[in-house]
Amino acid sequence: MAADEQGALTEAVFYILLALHEPRHGYAIMQGVQELTNDRVALGPGTLYGALNTLVEKGWIKALQDDKNSRRKEYIITDQGESIFQTELKRLEELLTHGKLV
Amino acid sequence: MKKRVFKFYSNYEKEEAWLNEMAASGWHCVDYLFGRYTFEKGEPGEYIYRIQLLEYYTNHAESVTYLGFLEDTGVEVIASHIRWVYLRKKAIEGPFELFSDRESRIAHYRRIITMLLPLAIVNFLFGSGLLGNPKPVNLFNLGVALLLAVPIISYYKRVQALEKESQIRE
Repeated sequence: MAADEQGALTEAVFYILLALHEPRHGYAIMQGVQELTNDRVALGPGTLYGALNTLVEKGWIKALQDDKNSRRKEYIITDQGESIFQTELKRLEELLTHGKLV
Repeated sequence: MKKRVFKFYSNYEKEEAWLNEMAASGWHCVDYLFGRYTFEKGEPGEYIYRIQLLEYYTNHAESVTYLGFLEDTGVEVIASHIRWVYLRKKAIEGPFELFSDRESRIAHYRRIITMLLPLAIVNFLFGSGLLGNPKPVNLFNLGVALLLAVPIISYYKRVQALEKESQIRE
C-alpha cells in the first residue's frame, strides 16, 4: 500500500465504502448514510458525485453496469476498497481505545 | 400565476439567497435567461434553490451525466446558462446542499474564481488604458472589472476561511 493511502479516510469516503457493501446507486447511498447516522451525515449530491468518480478511478469501488450513459448506475466495493476499509476500521479502533483510556 | 423579474447579480450566493427568499414567499423560479427570471406562484417554502458552476458547458457529456445524477436524487434543473445551472429540490425531501464537505466547496469557489479572474484582469487592463491601441481610460471596462472584483474577493475570502478550518478539522 502506498504511503499516501495510509492516511485517514474522509467521513464521506468512509460512509460511501460502508454503504457500498451492497450494490447501491447514488441516491440510495445518500439515503442509506443519512438513515444510518440519524441525519448527521447528509452527503451533498455534488460532493458524492465527485467522490464516486474518484473512488472508481482509484479502484476502490466499481460500477456494476458497463453502459456509461445508463442512468441510476449502481456501484459496489472492490477487494481493494474492502482492504482499505478494514485498515481504516483498525485505525479507528485504535483511536477509540486510546480515547477511552483518558 | 406567473411573473417576470429582471435583475442582475454578480455574486451567485446572493442570487441563490434571493431565489430562496422568493421561494419562501411562494414565488418559485422556473426559468432564467440573461437576467430574466420567471417565477410561478405556489406553496411558500416548497422548494430550495441552488446555483452551481459546472466544470464544462451544460451540454457536454460529463455535465449531462452529472445533471442526470442530480435528477436521480430528486433535484430539478430549472435552467442552464453557459456553465451555470439553476437547481431546486422539494424542501419536504430534507435539506438541499450540493456540497457536504469543505474540499468540494473550496473546489467550487476556485472554479468560479478561475473563470472570473481573467475577465476582470482583461477589463481592468483595457479600462485603465494599459492595454490596447492608445486609448483613454475606459469607464465601462473599469466598471466591469470592479463589478467582477467584488465577488472574486468574496469567494477568495471564503476559500481562505475554509482552508484555515481544514487545518484542524476534516
